[in-house]
Amino acid sequence: MTAIAQSVVAQPETREPQPHEILPQSAPGLDLARIRADFPILAERINGKPLIYLDNGATSQKPQVVLDAIANYYKHMNANIHRGVHTLSVRATEAHDAARQTVRKFLNAADTREIIFVRGATEAINLVAQTYGRVHVGAGDEVLITAMEHHSNIVPWQILCEEKGAHLRVAPINDRGELQLDEFAKLVGPRTKIVAVTHVSNALGTVVPLRPIIDIAHRHGVPVLIDGAQAVPHFAVDVQALDCDFYAFSGHKVYGPTGIGVLYGKRALLNAMPPYQGGGDMISSVTFAKTTYNDLPFKFEAGTPDIAGAIALGAALNYIGNLGMDKIAAHESELLNYATETVGAIPGVRLIGTASERAGVLSFLLDHVHPHDLGTILDREGIAIRTGHHCAQPVMERFGISATARASFAVYNTKEEIDALVAGIRTAREVFA
Amino acid sequence: MSAGNGELSDLYQEVILEHSKAPRNFRKPAEANQHAEGYNPLCGDRCTVYINMDGDAIRDIAFQGNGCAISRASASIMTQILKGKTKAEAVKLFDEFHGLVTGKEAPAETPDLGKLKVFSGVSKFPARVKCATLAWHTLQSALENKDTPVSTE
Repeated sequence: MTAIAQSVVAQPETREPQPHEILPQSAPGLDLARIRADFPILAERINGKPLIYLDNGATSQKPQVVLDAIANYYKHMNANIHRGVHTLSVRATEAHDAARQTVRKFLNAADTREIIFVRGATEAINLVAQTYGRVHVGAGDEVLITAMEHHSNIVPWQILCEEKGAHLRVAPINDRGELQLDEFAKLVGPRTKIVAVTHVSNALGTVVPLRPIIDIAHRHGVPVLIDGAQAVPHFAVDVQALDCDFYAFSGHKVYGPTGIGVLYGKRALLNAMPPYQGGGDMISSVTFAKTTYNDLPFKFEAGTPDIAGAIALGAALNYIGNLGMDKIAAHESELLNYATETVGAIPGVRLIGTASERAGVLSFLLDHVHPHDLGTILDREGIAIRTGHHCAQPVMERFGISATARASFAVYNTKEEIDALVAGIRTAREVFA
Repeated sequence: MSAGNGELSDLYQEVILEHSKAPRNFRKPAEANQHAEGYNPLCGDRCTVYINMDGDAIRDIAFQGNGCAISRASASIMTQILKGKTKAEAVKLFDEFHGLVTGKEAPAETPDLGKLKVFSGVSKFPARVKCATLAWHTLQSALENKDTPVSTE
C-alpha cells in the first residue's frame, strides 16, 4: 500500500528508523525541530505527557506567525475595510487585499476576483448550492456526489434537492474506499446539473482522482465543485490545472484560524450567479426601487468580513508556502506510510480505507476496543486522535461500522509520535484483553 | 487485565470491563411492551432499551445496540439494578446516577446506587458522561413510551 499524495512524488527515506534517536528525526528538506518550535501549543503537556497531536483532520494547530498576524491586526490596523479614508482603514484594506492575493497564488487561480472569503468549506458549499444550485437545479434534475463525502458536501445538496424536487445521486466506492469511476461516469447524464466531490476523504484518506471526474462532467457540460478541506493542508493544489469550477476549503485545517475559509469559482460562473446574502459591501448602489450588486469578489461578501481571519489565513499559507508544499507532501506521505505499516502490524487492527492513493489520514478499528475507549486511553498518554463517525456517517454505513479511530497528520508530526501512538494502542489492547 | 494506575483505572474498573465484554440482559425480549431508541450523534452509538411493565413495576428490562465499553457496561448494570423497581424508583436512580457521573454528587451521598457507583470515575472524563448516560436517557424515553428516538444532544 502506498500513500503518495497526488501531484507529488514522495522521496522515502531508505534507512530504518532507529530506536532512542534524538527527537525528531529529520525530514527531507524540512527542519522538523524548528517547525515544531514554531507551534507554541506543541509545548503543552496533557495528563503529564507531551502533547502528541494527531487530530489534524479536525483542525490543525497554528504557528506563531498566525497568532502574531491576528494580534498585529488588532494592535496596529483594526478598522473596517473598503470604507474609511483614514490610515487604519487603508492599512486593513491593503492587508485584506494582500491575503486574497496570497490565496490566489496558493490555489494558482487566474484572478483574485475568483477568491471569495467565507467562514469555511461548509459555507462555501452552501453558497454554491444556494446560488448556482437554486438557479440551475430544477424539478427532476440531479446533483451528483460520491459515497465518501463529509456531511458538509451532502446536506446542502439535500436541502437544495428537497426544495427543487431534484434528486441526489451518489457514486459508489469500493471496499478499499476508492471511487468507482466507471459507476460515476454512468451517473452523469442530461439531468445532472452539478457534480460535488471531495478531493481527499476525511474519514478514509482517499485521494480522489479529480482529472478524470472533471473531464467526464465537462464532456456533459456539468460544472464540478471540489471540497478541498482535507487536501490543501497536504499537497499543492492548482485549480487551473484541475480545471474545476469551484473549490472550497477551510482556513483552520491549513494552519489558519477558525471562522475563515475560501470559495474559489471560475469568474464567468461567479459573475452569472445571484448573490448569496444581501447587505453592506456587496452592493454598488442601493435605492428602495433597485439595488445594483458590487463586482466580484465583493458581491458574495456581504457585511463586515472576518478581516483578521483572512489576514491570518494569508500568514498561514505564506508559512507553508515558504516550507514548500512538495516537501510537506513528501514528509506527510512518509509519515502515513510509516503509520500504515506500524499501526497496521498491531494484532487486531483493521485499517478502514486502503486506497492506492491516500493523504493525511489513517482510519482504523481495534478488535474488542471501541474507538471511544481507545481515544480515552490514548488521551491519558497525551495523544489526541479523533474517534467517531467523522461527520461521514454514510461512509461508516458503507463499511458496516458506526465509528473508527482516526489519526491524521500535519507537517509538525514525527515518526516518534507514531511510535507513541502504536505503544498507546498496544496499551489499550492490554486493558481490554 | 489492568487499566494502569490513577484516573484511567478509576474509569475502567474491573466490573465495567467485565460487563462491557459480557453485557447482561443483552437481548430483545419477546414480551416487551415498551421500548425506545437512543442515539449519540457525536459518536454514532445506538442503544435500544426494552421494558416489560407490569402496572408501575419494571418486570423485565433488556437492551441492544452498539457502543463503547462505558455505554455497554452502563446499560448492562442498569438493567440488572432496575429489574423489579418501580417507574418512580427508576427515575430517582437516574437522577442520582446523573449526579454521580457528572461529579455533582459524591458516591457516599448516593447509597441507593449500589453497583452503579463503579461509574464514579466517569466524572473525571467529561467527554464520556454521554456514554454513561445514553442507556438511561433511552430508558427514560421507554418509560414514557415516546415514539421519537432520544438523542444525547
